[in-house]
Amino acid sequence: MSVPQLLRHPWTLFLGRRTVRLLLSLLLVLTASFAMIRLVPGDPVRAALGVDAAPDLVAARRHALGLDAPFLSQYRHYLGGLLHGDLGTSLVTGTPVVELIRTRLPATLEIAGLAFVVTLAVALPGGLLAAVRTRDGRRPRTELAFTTVTAALAGVPDFVLAAGLTALLAVGLQWLPVAGAAGVGSFVLPVLALSLAPTAVLLRIVRVEALKVLGEDYLRTARSKRLSPARRYLWHVAPNTATAALTVAGSLLPALIAGTVLVEKVFAWPGIGSAMAQSVVAQDYPVVQAMVLVLGTTVLLAGLLVDVLLAVIDPRSAIREM
Amino acid sequence: MRLPSRLRHSPMAWVTAVMLASLVALALAGPLVWGAAADRPDPSAVLQGPSAAHPFGTDGLGRDLLARVLAATRPSLLLALAAVLLGAGSGILVGACTAVLGRRGRRLTAGLTNLLLAFPALLVAMFLAVVFGAGAAGAVLALAAAGVPGFARLAQTLAAGVAGTDHLAAARVLGLRRHRLLWRHVLPNIAEPLLLSTTTAAGTTLVALSGLSFLGLGVQPPGYDWGLLLSQGLDRIYAEPLPALAPGLAVLYAALAFQMLGEVLAGSVARRAPASRTPAPAPGPGCGPAEDGAVLQVEDLTVDLPTPGGTIRPVRGVSLSLRPGEAVGLVGESGSGKSLTALAVADLLPHDARVSWRTLRLLGADLATLAPRERDRHLATGLAMIFQNPASALNPSLRIGTQLTEAVRAHRGASRARAAVEAADALRRVGLPPALLRARPHQLSGGQRQRVMIASGLMVRPGLIIADEPTTALDVTVQRQITRLLTGIRRDTSAALLFISHDIALVRDVCERVLVMYAGTVVESLPAGRLADGARHPYTRALAASVPDLAADRDRPLPTIEGAPPDPSAPAPGCPFEPRCPRRQDLCAEQSPPLQDLGAGHQVACWLPVPVTAAPESVTSS
Repeated sequence: MSVPQLLRHPWTLFLGRRTVRLLLSLLLVLTASFAMIRLVPGDPVRAALGVDAAPDLVAARRHALGLDAPFLSQYRHYLGGLLHGDLGTSLVTGTPVVELIRTRLPATLEIAGLAFVVTLAVALPGGLLAAVRTRDGRRPRTELAFTTVTAALAGVPDFVLAAGLTALLAVGLQWLPVAGAAGVGSFVLPVLALSLAPTAVLLRIVRVEALKVLGEDYLRTARSKRLSPARRYLWHVAPNTATAALTVAGSLLPALIAGTVLVEKVFAWPGIGSAMAQSVVAQDYPVVQAMVLVLGTTVLLAGLLVDVLLAVIDPRSAIREM
Repeated sequence: MRLPSRLRHSPMAWVTAVMLASLVALALAGPLVWGAAADRPDPSAVLQGPSAAHPFGTDGLGRDLLARVLAATRPSLLLALAAVLLGAGSGILVGACTAVLGRRGRRLTAGLTNLLLAFPALLVAMFLAVVFGAGAAGAVLALAAAGVPGFARLAQTLAAGVAGTDHLAAARVLGLRRHRLLWRHVLPNIAEPLLLSTTTAAGTTLVALSGLSFLGLGVQPPGYDWGLLLSQGLDRIYAEPLPALAPGLAVLYAALAFQMLGEVLAGSVARRAPASRTPAPAPGPGCGPAEDGAVLQVEDLTVDLPTPGGTIRPVRGVSLSLRPGEAVGLVGESGSGKSLTALAVADLLPHDARVSWRTLRLLGADLATLAPRERDRHLATGLAMIFQNPASALNPSLRIGTQLTEAVRAHRGASRARAAVEAADALRRVGLPPALLRARPHQLSGGQRQRVMIASGLMVRPGLIIADEPTTALDVTVQRQITRLLTGIRRDTSAALLFISHDIALVRDVCERVLVMYAGTVVESLPAGRLADGARHPYTRALAASVPDLAADRDRPLPTIEGAPPDPSAPAPGCPFEPRCPRRQDLCAEQSPPLQDLGAGHQVACWLPVPVTAAPESVTSS
């Protein structure tokens, strides 16, 4: 392939556009996280150190944070620091924020990733099964029950569910650990709390998409071949619902990642979210700032991953975006 | 928004109404009734568990938690409503404004909203709540701002639909100012879907606001809402689950109420009118005598289909039979029941259709007596179906090879390698290169796809091929190729062909015998050569006359058949063609004529058949 051909290739165009969008969004996150500490009402340093803090200590901290420099040079300094892996230090503990991220990000990615996998693993086959059971208006009662239950579950807030699960399964029945990350058992409740609502939403979407496919002419062709139901549904229906299902699943991912902040607080899960919750209360702004940056970037990268995955599975989705 | 009457009968709508009413009542009365108890500290009853005096226990200052949860209804709801109204209002304004902006302004706002929408609203709200400062006002503003991009995009999309409409263009031509366009023409036309989204957003905003309070970014003590109560309850959940559970359940209750309101308004939960069902007509009592050597033998086939307007009978007592290698055409207007007849034979009707017959034999086997598994195998290998639209009859995500081989692999137990060899042969037989086995349907032209469908049918070596309008979706030159291919296959494999078409000229070319269907019955059966001038039924006559030939006078319009076929939901006695028939008599409206044999393979269902034309011309058929 020649260079001009390569440049016009749909994949080049798709990745190019997607990268530009990612960079723009990243710039937005960077700027927002930089601006945050300068925009908060009052003096963030005094707020963190307390009203009684000595004025020269406050001034020293302000200087250390670069808050006394001109605005633009502050911004340059901030971006430069980021490039060198310097995200500042906690006002409360004095530890480098990078250290905090290094120890806590894996824990957050673990529960968010697991919750997403659980969502897909339940909703894709479940939605297909529901579509098959209720196709062409069969079993109207099952259909009503399905739509009602999934609508209700989709409305259950993750942190409320987390509190309920703790009360019931951890405190009441004592089946699972109450809080913290220790062993496989400790993953169950956070992952369950994070994945329930997205699963319910996705179940409905997959069912509707599969019903659409079941009404297609090529399913009649498959029926005329008298294939086994397993072959018919897994080979002829499932692949044709994948694009729509993954698109919706991808759009649920950002909210799931944001939900970790609340859910981690409930379970005292040692991740980014609980660090953010603690530093919000402590008004430890450098930490809050970094956590916003990390969560925002995670959301953006997850979105990129889903889009590329979709383009691989269904090249038409990449071209559609042009 | 006008509620459809069926909502009044939906239990979901009633439950939602009761939940919302209880929330409103609590929000109004809560602080008045329980406000005092909620704020009264009791140092002698600090951090108590549930008791008769305090059903949910007390908090760190000895205040009654039940009273606090109930009294918190007002702030929780009011703050959420304020946030959603503020956010929706600004968002809709931003989005709707873009409809009347120029192209550049539209692209800029669209780009910006898309950029912001990459981030979850909760994360944006947390960020803004920190910036605005922890507190109820800051949280409301933060949530409102976080909701703006979503509403802006929705309004933008909806308004773009309005912007393209004629009456906005007309209003522009009239020189209306932008803000007048906005208020008079854009907003009223997108109000309903926006109201629906605002309802749903009220629920999620309530949850998000509770979340912010739960994090310490929302309502600050001494004030309280459900989120803050949940946060305080969580600290002692190990000892007492109820102080955390109660406010959590309150959030859940309110969130569900709004969620269900959205569902009910969207109408997706509203109970559908159940399809009226009629008892299935008893299947034929046993099978008629087997006709010697017939590939397909159908007697008295009837199909009933439930429709919203009641059950209709689109196929009424159809009989037909095909000998090996014979090509029979089934012609008639759309809606005459010819496709349903084919689908009934192939057992492909919708599941709520009711089929009955006196005889249904395929390749000598009575389909009613076969066990389901044997029946499937018999149908799959004895019969091949070719459908009208090759563009949609092939699965877009499977390779051609997979689609060709799956039937023989399932029913003849062919190995993968053996099936692949057969598939390559089948493709060659229909004039396609075997390399196409690796292709996917979207890489093929319409004619190629129909050839693939035919090849797929050939794979099972069927005794009968049913082709349902196989060329209707193709252009004329490709039509010829496909019909020639079908004729060649019939000659080579001695498979019988049931060729369904509304194109009488095509049927004359392809088939030896023709069945003419009208309103679900066979009205005439005759050798194809006699179609042009030997037809005895007035309907067949009219059909044949509507086909132009080379001798037709091109200055005169082609004759058409006046009137429309009878309404299948209101069958009348008598001959179904009677209302349109030029030769009708009193008897025709009273009794339906039976199919009578005229000899020489010709049958007609008419009380007063058209007399045979004096001198039968020699009919050319290719």
